[in-house]
Amino acid sequence: MRKIALALAATAATLIGTAAIAQAADKAKICFIYVGSKTDGGYSEGHDRGRQELEKALGDKIETAYLEKVPEGPDAERAIERMARSGCSLVFTTSFGFMDATIKVAQKFPKVKFEHATGFKSAENVGTYNARFYEGRYIQGVIAAKMSKTGVAGYIASFPIPEVVMGINAFVLGAQSVNPDFKIKVVWANTWADPGKEADAAKALADQGVDILTQHTDTTAPMQVAAERGIHAFGQASDMIAAGPKTQLTAIVDTWGAYYIKRTQALLDGTWKSEQIWDGLKDGILTMAPYTNMPDDVKKLAEETEAKIKSGELHPFTGPVKKQDGSEWLKAGEKSDDGTLLGMNFYVAGVDDKLPQ
Amino acid sequence: MRIELEKRPGGSRLFSFVSPLLALLLTVVCGGVMFALLGKDPVSALYSFFIEPLQEVWSLHELAIKAGPLILIAVGLSVCYRSNNWNIGAEGQFTMGAIAGSFLPIVFYEWHSPLILPLMLVMGMLGGALYAGIPALLKAHFNTNEILTSLMLVYIAQLFLDWLSRGMWRDPQGYNFPQSRNFVPEAILPEVLSSGRAHWGFVFAIVAAVLVWFMMRFTLKGFQITVLGQSERAGRFAGFSSRGMIWFSMLFSGALAGLAGISEVSGSINHLQPSISPGYGFTAIIVAFLGRLNPLGIIASGLVLALTYLGGEAVQLSLEVSDKVTRVFQGLLLFFVLSCDTLIHYRIRLVFDRLKGASDGAA
Amino acid sequence: MILEAIILTVITAATPLVVAALGELVTERSGVLNLGVEGMMIMGAVGAFAVAQMTGNPYLGLLAGIAVGALFSLLFGFLTLTLVTNQVATGLALTILGLGASGMIGETWVGVPGIKLQAIYIPGLSDIPVIGPILFHQDIVFYLSIALLIGVNWFLFRSRTGLMLRAIGDNHGSAHALGIDVLRVRYLSVMFGGACAGLAGAQLSLVYTPQWVEDMSAGRGWIALALVVFSSWRPWRVLAGGYLFGAVTIGQLHTQALGVNVPSQFLSALPYAATVVVLVLISRNRRTTLINTPASLGKPFVPDR
Repeated sequence: MRKIALALAATAATLIGTAAIAQAADKAKICFIYVGSKTDGGYSEGHDRGRQELEKALGDKIETAYLEKVPEGPDAERAIERMARSGCSLVFTTSFGFMDATIKVAQKFPKVKFEHATGFKSAENVGTYNARFYEGRYIQGVIAAKMSKTGVAGYIASFPIPEVVMGINAFVLGAQSVNPDFKIKVVWANTWADPGKEADAAKALADQGVDILTQHTDTTAPMQVAAERGIHAFGQASDMIAAGPKTQLTAIVDTWGAYYIKRTQALLDGTWKSEQIWDGLKDGILTMAPYTNMPDDVKKLAEETEAKIKSGELHPFTGPVKKQDGSEWLKAGEKSDDGTLLGMNFYVAGVDDKLPQ
Repeated sequence: MRIELEKRPGGSRLFSFVSPLLALLLTVVCGGVMFALLGKDPVSALYSFFIEPLQEVWSLHELAIKAGPLILIAVGLSVCYRSNNWNIGAEGQFTMGAIAGSFLPIVFYEWHSPLILPLMLVMGMLGGALYAGIPALLKAHFNTNEILTSLMLVYIAQLFLDWLSRGMWRDPQGYNFPQSRNFVPEAILPEVLSSGRAHWGFVFAIVAAVLVWFMMRFTLKGFQITVLGQSERAGRFAGFSSRGMIWFSMLFSGALAGLAGISEVSGSINHLQPSISPGYGFTAIIVAFLGRLNPLGIIASGLVLALTYLGGEAVQLSLEVSDKVTRVFQGLLLFFVLSCDTLIHYRIRLVFDRLKGASDGAA
Repeated sequence: MILEAIILTVITAATPLVVAALGELVTERSGVLNLGVEGMMIMGAVGAFAVAQMTGNPYLGLLAGIAVGALFSLLFGFLTLTLVTNQVATGLALTILGLGASGMIGETWVGVPGIKLQAIYIPGLSDIPVIGPILFHQDIVFYLSIALLIGVNWFLFRSRTGLMLRAIGDNHGSAHALGIDVLRVRYLSVMFGGACAGLAGAQLSLVYTPQWVEDMSAGRGWIALALVVFSSWRPWRVLAGGYLFGAVTIGQLHTQALGVNVPSQFLSALPYAATVVVLVLISRNRRTTLINTPASLGKPFVPDR
């Protein structure tokens, strides 16, 4: 019995071994590591959509593999090391919390290339990438100010990290470009995805008189609440129109696919090098879902704003901008540098909330 | 047809060895069927799951890293559960231990001294113990149920850590991202061997398990724990204080959970961040019971559970089996292990109902 | 009126907690500790969602949620009652299995808009100002939760079977000696607990947030378990505890929306802290607590033949 088992195991080992080598010889293996489930309906699903597009585009030259629901911490380091050892030539680590783990593993495997999303540490074989989601938020702000009757929008935020704070500020600046007195109310849900809690936050905001909802959490629960209350809302990470056909104004859709294809192609061409990339609307790393449920003039304004951002004519963070405490941040005509944005931990004037410090 | 159990006096030695193997066999068969139904090759799936992670040195190190905190926490919990104190908040004590232990390397971040590491470990244990002291105090003096209080304190500890690592303790050079400064090299728990990442946390776990095994078996304290756990009244007649035992067991398990917390942060993560544990404190409850609340058994069950995590990743990567399948597989394994353990203490027989009246009469 | 709106939100948030906790209360009163509430709840949620989608009828979905919860709990029952496995470990394993299996089943339903179980309009009553919308314009799960509360209370303390069930929970040995079929009663009470957890799950995916998201129970099963302890095994206190917890949760969101200057983490921690504080206050009377605690909770029982 035991001998049979051993023999079986040995055969299996050789089978798998040869299979792995055969594959490695033909195709480059591109690997992805997600913090959430690949069907989480939000952030990680966005990255997995990108992976699938990559497979569709370059499937004859590459294969992909992924690990989902990897906790941030020592588990991440193990998971990334496993990828490096299993023959991946390019590994995308898609969550901020994987930063140190990526750097550590990269030191051990200098031949493997890594790209870490949303972080700030890089190395010879580690590049970073991110999307300028704030560009989409600015457009949302413009639409919100046009559409709102109460002049107050509700913002369901997840955690106070620069990415989220940047989004809030961009939204407010966009809104103020239309209506200088526009206000927002912020509720921190302290979660990325808990439909119940997100719905509760949405209800609380609606009860306090906001007539536009926007969210930086993953599920469609706020959209559903907005639909029930007959107010408008913006989708997050994916097009949420199905959850609110008469509710969604537009959505910021994560479309990482374009980026993944670009970088993988660079790897195949032998031109890949470590870069710090922060792509925007013009590069297709994020896209705006169709502008719906709004009058034509608002739609036109939104499209114009989008076009201006794409052409570089408009930078959402252009002065004059005051900080929440009234001090000057950007002089008239001055544009914010990327460093300040990436580490943003202050509100601009007009936000009715105290930033958790 | 009914299933009836018949008590084996003293338990079966044979089955205490055979039952885990039988459970494994059943899991393998069941898992094989499941993988086949999902259209994956069952042999290679099972191979990736159970054998691949054990083949390479680096992977064995990873196994130790994953098993270390589970064993350390579970050993502490076994003392609690044996004395009938239902601490289910080890996750919170783990977190508080990590926070307390990280105080020195974060606040006095320029302090290079060989003293720092021992102090951190002690503070970690204190942090965990003090946090477990809250449910202990409430149970011993206010008669409040510790299941509820220890569980609620988990959520509070996690939010506290969240607040610290996004606020006061945030790395000033870290672009305002939610993590603390990296610890200085003196504050990092060293690796045991140069061949991989496994750090001294695993050694602490093994030492703690052996010490607790010795305590339970050969000391008066161990006897007290067993007696009070079996019957509070009997314990009181013997002159043991159940209030004292609440304090002892809760503080003890809290200290071990705290030690696990600071070891994990210092040895594996090297800084503080909002999420430091993938639910170790809860998984350790299962580890404790799978190990039959015996410290040596806990070493084995901790390793097995750690293996399922590593194996799960291996099949995900090689066969694109989803993470959910891994969790189902873990659940199955646990069910089989628990059911097969029944064979140790009972003989199972199938009874085919004869006359209904007859069995009623017998009852 | 904002207060009315807040009360409505609190009711929706508290109902699944109350329903699941009432079920677990009956299970525990019979002496069985099932820590798998989270797993049964999430299975109920996915079962309800799937059937509602396939049939287009949310009421069938609701029934499916109840059935799935009850069936899933049978697995726990078989292990802990027939095979006398450890209840704590088996319950935790049930949760792991439930979270995994629901994720597998639900993979195709992610992102699909749900079908909402609508509130029932009662002509006349629903139109009464303030109390009308709160009491008489609710979905069926709310009414079921109230019926369950009254029913469970009556059953446990007024009915013969309830007396039997409590007797088993207090001392299964003597109950057995009196000729009560301990295992049969316990099987039924475990299934009742499972059915209630399934109903609570169905409320999540059909009423609270009509959609399916992996892990959408997000720890509510654990809160339900804590509520049972909080209630000291008395049904009315489950209701009070559930609504207290819900009220503090919703209250903190409103506080934030008003722009009050307190770190959100502290506000988020409030519901947990409040539960502890209230429990400390009500459990100081040792005697009443002892009377209501099922003495053989979690202990294995093997009938001698």
